[in-house]
Amino acid sequence: MNTTLSWVKAYVPDLDVTAQEFTDAMTLSGTKVESYLAADRDLANIVIGQIDQIERHPDADKLIVCQVNVGGGKSVQIVTGAPNVKVGDKIPVVLDGGRVAGTHDGKMTEGGIEIKKGKLRGIESNGMMCSIEELGSSRDMYPEAPEYGIYIFPEDAEVGADAVEALGLNDVTFEFEITSNRVDCFSVIGIAREAAATFRKEFHPPVVTPTGNSEQASDYVKVTIEDEELCPRYCARVVKNVHIAPSPKWMQRRLAAAGIRPINNIVDITNYVMEEYGQPMHAYDYDQLAGHEIVVRRAAKDEKFVTLDGQERTMDENVVMICDGEKAVGIGGIMGGENSMITDNVKTMLFEAACFDGTNIRLSSKRIGLRTDASAKFEKGLDPNNAQAAIDRACQLVEELGAGEVVGGMVDVYSRKKEPVRIPFEPEKINALLGTDVSEEEMLGYFKLVDLEYDAAAREVIAPTFRQDLFRTADLAEEVARFYGYDNIPTTLPSGEATAGKLPFHMRVREVAEDIAEFCGFSQGMMYSFESPKVFDKLRLPEDSPLRTAVKISNPLGEDFSIMRTTSINGMLTSLGFNYNHRNKNVRLYELGNIYLPKTLPLTELPEERMQFTLGMYGEGDFYTMKGVIEELLDKLGISGHRTYAPDTKPYLHPGRQAQVSCGEVVVGYLGEVHPLVADAYGIGEKAYVVVLDMDAVTPLATFDRKYTGIARYPAVMRDISMVVPKKILAGQIEAMINQRGGKILENCQLFDVYEGVQIKPGFKSMAYSVVFRAKDRTLEESDITAAMKKIWNGLESMGIEIRS
Amino acid sequence: MKDKLQAIREEALAQIEKAVDLDKLNDVRVSFLGKKGQLTSVLKSMKEVAPEDRPAFGQLVNEARAQIERVLEETKEKLERQALEHRLKEEVIDVTLPAKKNNVGHRHPNTIAREEVERIFIGMGYEVVEGPEVEYDLYNFEKLNIPANHPAKDEQDTFYVTKDIVLRTQTSPVQARIMEQGKLPIRVIAPGRVFRSDEVDATHSPSFHQIEGLVVDKNITFADLKGTLEQFAKELFGENTRTKFRPHHFPFTEPSAEMDVSCFKCGGKGCRFCKGEGWIEILGCGMVHPHVFEMCGIDPEVYTGFAFGVGLERIALLKYEIDDMRLLYENDARFLKQF
Repeated sequence: MNTTLSWVKAYVPDLDVTAQEFTDAMTLSGTKVESYLAADRDLANIVIGQIDQIERHPDADKLIVCQVNVGGGKSVQIVTGAPNVKVGDKIPVVLDGGRVAGTHDGKMTEGGIEIKKGKLRGIESNGMMCSIEELGSSRDMYPEAPEYGIYIFPEDAEVGADAVEALGLNDVTFEFEITSNRVDCFSVIGIAREAAATFRKEFHPPVVTPTGNSEQASDYVKVTIEDEELCPRYCARVVKNVHIAPSPKWMQRRLAAAGIRPINNIVDITNYVMEEYGQPMHAYDYDQLAGHEIVVRRAAKDEKFVTLDGQERTMDENVVMICDGEKAVGIGGIMGGENSMITDNVKTMLFEAACFDGTNIRLSSKRIGLRTDASAKFEKGLDPNNAQAAIDRACQLVEELGAGEVVGGMVDVYSRKKEPVRIPFEPEKINALLGTDVSEEEMLGYFKLVDLEYDAAAREVIAPTFRQDLFRTADLAEEVARFYGYDNIPTTLPSGEATAGKLPFHMRVREVAEDIAEFCGFSQGMMYSFESPKVFDKLRLPEDSPLRTAVKISNPLGEDFSIMRTTSINGMLTSLGFNYNHRNKNVRLYELGNIYLPKTLPLTELPEERMQFTLGMYGEGDFYTMKGVIEELLDKLGISGHRTYAPDTKPYLHPGRQAQVSCGEVVVGYLGEVHPLVADAYGIGEKAYVVVLDMDAVTPLATFDRKYTGIARYPAVMRDISMVVPKKILAGQIEAMINQRGGKILENCQLFDVYEGVQIKPGFKSMAYSVVFRAKDRTLEESDITAAMKKIWNGLESMGIEIRS
Repeated sequence: MKDKLQAIREEALAQIEKAVDLDKLNDVRVSFLGKKGQLTSVLKSMKEVAPEDRPAFGQLVNEARAQIERVLEETKEKLERQALEHRLKEEVIDVTLPAKKNNVGHRHPNTIAREEVERIFIGMGYEVVEGPEVEYDLYNFEKLNIPANHPAKDEQDTFYVTKDIVLRTQTSPVQARIMEQGKLPIRVIAPGRVFRSDEVDATHSPSFHQIEGLVVDKNITFADLKGTLEQFAKELFGENTRTKFRPHHFPFTEPSAEMDVSCFKCGGKGCRFCKGEGWIEILGCGMVHPHVFEMCGIDPEVYTGFAFGVGLERIALLKYEIDDMRLLYENDARFLKQF
């Protein structure tokens, strides 16, 4: 919503504030000013001059030398190339040292252009005559301005006066951000009412006087509404002997400042009233209306209609059509038809001020693909009681402008009149909600500022129908708050029962994961939740992979964002690829984010959201670096169960370098080297590794409880076992055997050497473990150790392992 | 013998004094006090002394030995001290050489901002809760007083999965879920990811993060809302931060407000950062709408409450002066390591 300060002042004459004061105060009372622009911000020292004399420039064919009277008995010499000036013309003159906004081709210069006296082809020029473009405006706003050349004032302009003021350029245009609940403020009157209330000034809305001759509109036209849900009200008035002409300058300027191009008096009046009252109107050529009747009905499915912009459009059965006795003549609330539009030859016309269902207008305008100034207003849901005031105002303007002869009376179809809402006045509740101590009288005073009536007998506040946001005490509290001033409301902290702040357990576990990842050199990334279905192929997932069953977004931003991810791998590999492409070395990233697993498709209940802890890396480090991070995390989370790393078969990982990770019976995730083909697909040019831990599986196993176990008091005994092992036997299997056979006195075993090579027979590898024994309650005897070692050896030999020592 | 003893003693003391390092000193000790040392050999030749003189001579030898040992010891300490001083001098390093870093990783700026906000509210007695990111329309809209056909539900803003399931457009549905559980009083914040149908550019992302706050109790007032958020702003942006509340409209709060904070760059004078306004818009808030209470099974005649929603990216971008939102999702190591 845009409007000018001068237009607001027309209804609040006592308003005397700067643009900044207006902005600040209006914003604090709830009518937010987004920005403002002074039309004269780049103009200075420009007066109305009159050309007394013109001579040809002695040295230039295209230039003339003018003597210009600039008032106060002063005359200046100005050289110009303008083709349109003659002696006696009154023109805007920027004097030496003054400033204009742009050049005559309409290009604006930030801060303006300074004009200094100088010589043009040897002849002194002490200023410049201005075109409307140089004054920062356009022919849209000033249609009387010549297409090329200097702006010429009417003959009665006062020589020496401020040209900026005379053109009405000493004005400020405000851009408001109106919230959807304040439909009434999408009008100059609504803004002016708020301004008057905010600055506690008198509000003088236009006084609409009775209009029309002794005839009756109802003798001219019959109106029928077939669907009152979609069109609750239709007002029609008739104007005959229409005289199409330009509208007066004051009207043109106000429209132009609001961003509407002046066209002619009738069109301008409808637009003017739309801005002023917030009520869109339409004018039909009465003689084109078959049967001189209006029928408001739903369109037929696929009905075709040509709007006044000459476009053929296709309707559906929810679109409201305005029809005459035979055919459609307009799309209700959106745009009129070409077949009934006002032309310069119109003799009699019909004014329409109707009210349409806002939601239906919004949906219709979207389906048809046509959004207009009118539909933008209607879709907010207008007050039907405003329609009559608007149409009467339009007729008043027709009479004032001499645009035609208004026929008396109005045809009004309005069966279910909208009544004002009555709200119990409960000042103590309002104070209790706000935490204030505002007196009853003060509150009633605030209500009066914005035309809310008070029924003292019933103790009820009556909200006028244009206020569609007032229903209950909380709504009245907001009215009190904004005029009492949000700033004046005290600041307190909630009283009452103290509550303990806390971070839930699963979020504490996440923080540990973040810490561990960072200690291990991984930085946290953030990945999108949606991705392309193409990633499944990129990850080499088979056609029947359950990961391909994903939640689909019905209106995605494009295929790349069309499904909710079922694996966090793509996001990680994409980020690693981005880094590789940017030549970042040794990159380590991690992410904590959800995957979304549908239980059924199409979705009937919410998908399962599982938090994934994903780590990715390329550069220094290998599979075991990644395994180390897992171990550090599981240790830190106190997960004591037996951990197993079992070779796995994920298609996006190296077939021989991946493992599924379990704690006890619970699978918690996996790790591995990225399959070279997949790494290649993501543009990662070296070996990359990933870990994915399912935090929803890890968290239930985690604990922050710790119990101190005494530091061993008896000495440990260490033994090494060196062996030759068939290649297919994994370290995990050997450790399981040692642990199983070692008995209670086995403290731990640790691999310290693996070797495969020429000294070892083919198909075998050499491995060496150191095994530590200790008893809690005594010093171990040699016989204890020998017995335990014997058991371990036997166990290992039973696996086909050859013991060397 | 006595003279010999005296000579040995003097010789020993002289040599001790001459010893320049611990090795030399040890040589001296060995040559006088060792098994074959000069003083030892004097003792060995005791039998040459007349028996009646032996005690006195023995005492003399012991005295000499004690003296030599004492001086040896003193000198040893002195030389050790000198040796240490010498070593320390030799061991001077160039402290300006590069550090050996462990290359620890870095938190994402968004997470840092979130944890900061969480810390502030946990300190004020709030519990952190979460809700689903794929959410029923019922919670995302309906129960928040955004009925069918409300413009906010338009497809241009909301990602739909089915007619009834959406990607949540705000963290506010967590409000409805918590209120429905019926455990009062409520003091929670709910951080999380939300989605809007905005194309990716420098200031927009189709997914971003919010933190929702909700307090429900008897006698909660708009003044409490102001006081709480003012304290939050001071803790987040500094003690001198001022706040300004402007009327606004949200369907699920009434009265509603937006909160601005004084620009933490220029302190409110107006600068490029706050576009000359001196204020920066931070969050939306308001008193829980009575109809929302009713829909969630809480009696608005007994309870009141306030709610607020903060955009996390907005805070992260402001605090760290990040000028392009796309950086948050690119995960460029050169970006991440700055936090």
